[in-house]
Amino acid sequence: MSGMNVFDVAGRAMSAQMVRLNTTASNLANAQTDYSSKDEAYRAMRPVFRSVMDDNMATIDVERVVQTDAEPQKRYDPNNPIADKEGYVWEAAVDETAELIDMLETARNYQNNVQVLQTAKSLILETVRNQ
Amino acid sequence: MPSLDQVFALNGGALQLRSQRLNMLASNIANASTPGYKAKDLDFDRAMQQAQNGSTVDKAMDDHTGFRVPLQPSLDGNTVELSVEQTLFAENAIQYRTTLSFLQAEVATIKRALKGE
Repeated sequence: MSGMNVFDVAGRAMSAQMVRLNTTASNLANAQTDYSSKDEAYRAMRPVFRSVMDDNMATIDVERVVQTDAEPQKRYDPNNPIADKEGYVWEAAVDETAELIDMLETARNYQNNVQVLQTAKSLILETVRNQ
Repeated sequence: MPSLDQVFALNGGALQLRSQRLNMLASNIANASTPGYKAKDLDFDRAMQQAQNGSTVDKAMDDHTGFRVPLQPSLDGNTVELSVEQTLFAENAIQYRTTLSFLQAEVATIKRALKGE
């Protein structure tokens, strides 16, 4: 008998999707920020998902959150107070379109897991009640 | 006169298999966005046949669990297709309910015989 049940599977998947949604929110919040050097510029964060097998079941954990290696773009903006000597600022390396699409996928996955949870709950309750 | 175990063997075994399949499909849906995850499923018909031929339900399940062949393989190696998994999950939930009501009917039959109404 495995130590994991369907509630662990769907519940942990929901937590993982929530982490993903949080990184998307952070990325979008920092999307329009400028920096005075390439090194300090914000780079998009992404969670790394890993499946955790147990018998015939598999749930998902966030192994770590990594920063993408997307290159920050430099923009000529000499009037900006944080511009470097040559008048450039560095934009945060966030692809807003990709983030929005990622957010939709995250929401869909989260909803699916909620649905799984509801179905499993009602089936188990029906079995336990057994009129 | 069959023993109670024999009376409940068919639908009891089917319910166990249905519940295990529910777990598997839930795992597939949970791993919809894990790169490299291979979706698993249970061949219910064959597992049920084996269970009826005297094998234990656990063994029947292990023998007939396989990996899903994706309709359209994805670049990250994940073989979960949400539309497929959702449909099978819904189907399996209905089949679970059906099996459960057969089982409840059997319990009700025996109860009625015991009461002698």
